[in-house]
Amino acid sequence: MADSVAMLDGAPQIAAAAPGRSTRWDVARRLWRHRSFRFGLGLFAIVIAAAAFAPWISPIEPNKLAMRARFLPPSWDHLFGTDNFGRSQLARVVYGAQLSLMIGTAVVVINAVFGALIGALAGYFRQLDNMVMRVNDAVMAFPAVLLAIGVAAVLGRSTPNMILALSVVYIPRTARIVRSSVIVVRQMEYVQAAVAAGAGHWRILRRHILPNSMAPLMVQLSFLFAYAVLTEATLSFLGLGAEPPTPTWGNIMAEGRQYMREAPWIIAIPGAALAITVMALNLLGDGLRDVLDPRLRVQQ
Amino acid sequence: MGRVIFNRIAGAVPVILLVTLITFGLMRLIPGDVSAALGGISSTPAEREAIRKNLGLDEPAHVQLFKWYGGLVRGDLGRSHFLGKDVTQATFERLPVTVSLSAYSLVLTLLFGLLSGIVAALRQNTWVDQAAMMFAMIGVSMPNFWLGLMMIVLFSVHLGWLPTGGYVPFTQDPVGWLRSCTMPAISLAMLQIGLLARITRSTMLEVLRQDYVRTARAKGLPNYLVVGKHALANALIPIVTVIGIVVSLLISGAVVTETVFSIPGVGQLLTSAILNRDYPMIQGGLLYITLLLVGINILVDVAYAWLDPRVRYDGG
Repeated sequence: MADSVAMLDGAPQIAAAAPGRSTRWDVARRLWRHRSFRFGLGLFAIVIAAAAFAPWISPIEPNKLAMRARFLPPSWDHLFGTDNFGRSQLARVVYGAQLSLMIGTAVVVINAVFGALIGALAGYFRQLDNMVMRVNDAVMAFPAVLLAIGVAAVLGRSTPNMILALSVVYIPRTARIVRSSVIVVRQMEYVQAAVAAGAGHWRILRRHILPNSMAPLMVQLSFLFAYAVLTEATLSFLGLGAEPPTPTWGNIMAEGRQYMREAPWIIAIPGAALAITVMALNLLGDGLRDVLDPRLRVQQ
Repeated sequence: MGRVIFNRIAGAVPVILLVTLITFGLMRLIPGDVSAALGGISSTPAEREAIRKNLGLDEPAHVQLFKWYGGLVRGDLGRSHFLGKDVTQATFERLPVTVSLSAYSLVLTLLFGLLSGIVAALRQNTWVDQAAMMFAMIGVSMPNFWLGLMMIVLFSVHLGWLPTGGYVPFTQDPVGWLRSCTMPAISLAMLQIGLLARITRSTMLEVLRQDYVRTARAKGLPNYLVVGKHALANALIPIVTVIGIVVSLLISGAVVTETVFSIPGVGQLLTSAILNRDYPMIQGGLLYITLLLVGINILVDVAYAWLDPRVRYDGG
């Protein structure tokens, strides 16, 4: 959906300064002072807490049927109401948060590893660059959501397949960002010094280039988390996520859609939870970019 | 100018080749026996054999690839199992619907996205700026299908102002078209408005700091000329490149929005193909949309070169 907030409004440029301990503290302090970063952090903490404490927040199982308690509007007994099977929407939404965060985290980790690897290799070994980037361009020519739909459709409905589909779509985007920062960093004098000192490729990449290309990757990953959560919900709304009755936010909304006249809360609440999660991550990404990106910092 | 166009098209050739190759490969990703998936569990071995033959899966991979490219050149991407139509025909029948909806959304996006971005930049750090950016942040974060559903609940179910779904062709009844497409277009445009407002604001801020803007102010030009003639004209150049991405987002967003509002466009065609496991249709629809977007991006690049003489004379 959001093809790229990061890629569009100012792809993050490089903070080439080596992050020593003091700079790290400095970054943390500046992040904390960034108002929207703090707001995003607070929102995200709430979502994480809801997912982590799901069994305590809702002692009722998310798939427990209660046919006598169908279509109850939100009330003190049923904070988020109940659906057509009398299932507690509170339970379904908080367990849905678990799934969303799990899928988002998996996609981010896979992207961090493979995106960084592919991007670093393409940026460092220039012979590889042309070929790798052509393939990247081709994958990125597909609209993200459509390609994810295509891949998810042929793989079949399951959570691991969803993670795989989202990773296929987003790794080229991550790789491109890492590549462009690696290209800048490998021109640095300390890299030339390492080459002169006789360090091998692997050591140069791991010790010198990757640590110094991390800033744009961090920014990209926080936006990526947002798209992964959003795209996952979209795909499972279209019937491509884990099979029902698995309580993903997309599934809840897809099932609740036919009852939206009588029971609009079934779709309203998971959608709001989704929007809040995505907004939290976008705010975190904005904050990281403002703090880590020296080019934009000048502007403020 | 001619050279720019040529370069862009030449540059797109390998991308298009790879795009078609990836789409071809998608069909081979299907785990297990495709014919079993297509024919259903109850299909007999003979039926499965017929399906394999029909899809050409009994032939070696390179022969399949050649046939696929041969068909592609002739615009023949196979038949949809469920519609009983050619994939190409089915796609192009639905395309005008999606294009008209996307165009409506694009108009909304440009209007509100550019306007709020410009106003926010001119009133940097005031409440206007903050309100506009908060609105943009909400737009960027809101799932468009959810926004669509919520609008249906409010404006169709409760207030009864607009139809809950369906589509009226513009040529048939412009007012009906407007009524049927306004909610889908808004829900589709929301994300793009947010994105464009954010980009426009940061680009404008950058341009407003430039020396030529200071010069324009120093020589006493009225504000509207400084902003309109000097700042905006230069800020628009990078914004044009973003339009290609905005259109790409619109088209993929349309897939979901059409499903929410039961609009019979390419998006709905694709989603029903997914539910029916109609693989040739999924493959063909995906390919046509992507090729369309590659084409749009070439146009955007050409427009960029036309707007910015620096690109034109460097040959891009």
